Amino acid sequence: MGKSIVERAYYLMKLGRVFEERAKEEYMKGNISGFLHLAIGEEAVHVGATLAFGKGDIFVHYREHVWALARGISPKSLMAELFGKKTGVSKGKGGSMHLYEPLLNFYGGNAIVGAQIPHAVGAAYARKYLGHTEGVLVAFGDGATNAGNYYESLNMAALWELPVLFVNENNLYAIGTRIDRASAVKELYKKAKEFMPAERVDGMDFFQVYDAVSRAKEYIEREGKPYYIEFLTYRYEPHSMSDPGDYRSPRELKVFHDKDPVEFLKREGIKRGLFDENFVKEIDERVEEEIEEAVKFALESPEPEDSELFTDIFCEVCTDVVP
Amino acid sequence: MLYREALNRALDEMMEKDETVVVLGEDVGFYGGNYRVTEGLYAKYGEKRVIDTPIAENSIVGNAIGMALGGLRPVAEIMTVNFILIAMDQIVNQMAKLRYMSGGKIELPMVVRTPQGVSKQLAAQHSQSLERFFTSVPGLITMVASDATAAYYGLKKAIELDDPVIFLEHELLYPMKMEIKKRENFDPFRADIVKEGKDITVVSYLKMLHDTLKAVPVFEKELNVSVEVINLHSLNPLDMETIANSVKKTKRFVVVTEEPKTGSFAAEVVSKVSEELFYHLDAPPLRICGEDVPTPYNRKLELLSIPTPEKIAQQIVYWGREHGI
Ligand SMILES: Cc1ncc(C[n+]2csc(CCOP(=O)(O)OP(=O)(O)O)c2C)c(N)n1
Ligand SMILES: [Mg+2]
Repeated sequence: MGKSIVERAYYLMKLGRVFEERAKEEYMKGNISGFLHLAIGEEAVHVGATLAFGKGDIFVHYREHVWALARGISPKSLMAELFGKKTGVSKGKGGSMHLYEPLLNFYGGNAIVGAQIPHAVGAAYARKYLGHTEGVLVAFGDGATNAGNYYESLNMAALWELPVLFVNENNLYAIGTRIDRASAVKELYKKAKEFMPAERVDGMDFFQVYDAVSRAKEYIEREGKPYYIEFLTYRYEPHSMSDPGDYRSPRELKVFHDKDPVEFLKREGIKRGLFDENFVKEIDERVEEEIEEAVKFALESPEPEDSELFTDIFCEVCTDVVP
Repeated sequence: MLYREALNRALDEMMEKDETVVVLGEDVGFYGGNYRVTEGLYAKYGEKRVIDTPIAENSIVGNAIGMALGGLRPVAEIMTVNFILIAMDQIVNQMAKLRYMSGGKIELPMVVRTPQGVSKQLAAQHSQSLERFFTSVPGLITMVASDATAAYYGLKKAIELDDPVIFLEHELLYPMKMEIKKRENFDPFRADIVKEGKDITVVSYLKMLHDTLKAVPVFEKELNVSVEVINLHSLNPLDMETIANSVKKTKRFVVVTEEPKTGSFAAEVVSKVSEELFYHLDAPPLRICGEDVPTPYNRKLELLSIPTPEKIAQQIVYWGREHGI
């Protein structure tokens, strides 16, 4: 793994962290509303997987800010989206759960648990049909592994030999329900093992995430078959801003806080001589500035015009015929 | 008391009275429900009667059907109506048809409760009113609870019925303060006249009923009329008798719903009124509904996409003037 990758990873993970901490603040001030699902604690998975996966389509669920940033959606257009502004990545129409940028092969968030999994299988089919060899990455929570379309997708990706990388973000909870109260199989990667190679990886450690996804990507594209990784990770924040989050023990929180992925990468990066304190300081300052600018941009951006209510429903041809 | 507490009380009393009543759904037990409707029931009745399910809506409804076949009276909670779409096969092909297909041999005493509607900036996949999908299915009863009284008595009645009921609530009503009015003879299949009047009949339910009631003084004054407001507790079957009696008196009809207008439940009500009461009407019936758009995230656009008290008043005033009131 090159030095520049690790530097980039630190920058993106820090960017994601500060972005979300700020988003939380802005939510409390009333500048952001609706559902806001923070991924604080899960940055190593979102950034590590995106960087290692490189090109290729990515499908994720609603806990998606860090995925979007890692994919290259700018903090400005992301913050503006959360503020519901015209300059937002979805013109203020989608909000936190609906960020998309096809130009970056980012097919974004989904507010319906598990709905993105079949999309990824279909996208892989299309790419293969059109003669591409690139794989498709789909991420989903532990909760989604109990839904029907999850199993349907594992089966079809394996049956049709499609290069799909299934990324299971196991943060132990689906809202207030812990996995052991929702899943009969407690080691989630085993829920895929009959269909494809599947493994469990520490999702708090950027190096392990990057390494696993790099290997998996190489496998799916070489073999033209699916692969599955379960990442053990944790969301430090409650499920969303409307969840009290009181179902988790302080002990459990401490265990995972001690493994804070951003702090871990900082420590390890320095220890392994991949970057130094100065670099960290520089990045931290740059990130603060970028987020400050993003908030300023979002605040100053205009609301969408009223007429926007009726745009983007159909393509132009249909817009002409449907009044 | 809060609206959601009225629902909770109904569940609690039914569970107390009848041990075949069970509750199932996502986060309904240990967590207490995402909107806290089932709060306290898990502690009181235990995990066998307040069942936390995985995220599997199709199976939640499918299991509830099986439980009803097996001798229980399940009340399934689907966290919000948006996720019920995953269970539509179980609802439309199974739940609604079993009695008929079995020549009346099979009975499904079950309820599927779910909140719907536009809350606040939850965006397109979490801000929908989908009553049309249920009201158009033969074999399904679709009830709505617009206030604490309808929530409490209506839900109890729904649980007692030997037929499957879709029981719709509204996300924004949950935290609203209201009282249960004593109504021992509450009949969900009879609509309530919540305000008497003689010039215009307005029918509504759920959140829109409250918005309509806010709009009433404004357009009554503006048009110098008195308005009769009807609150539905059941959408299908629909109490056409109460509606007809009112329209025969007022000769003008308005229905207010939050759903997008095209293909709406409101369209069905207007069809019935037009077919049955055409010669009683002095003005074309009016639908005030949501716009035909997916719900946007931006607050300003979101409010433009659904009726509000101001818009309800404006549209009724405009329509009234157009038609010589
Ligand atoms: C089909 C469906 N059912 C229920 C919900 C409500 N809901 C939103 S998030 C969530 C929990 C999902 O947990 P998990 O898959 O573990 O993802 P995480 O939130 O932990 O990232 C639930 C039940 C939904 N959005 N979609
Ligand atoms: Mg989870």
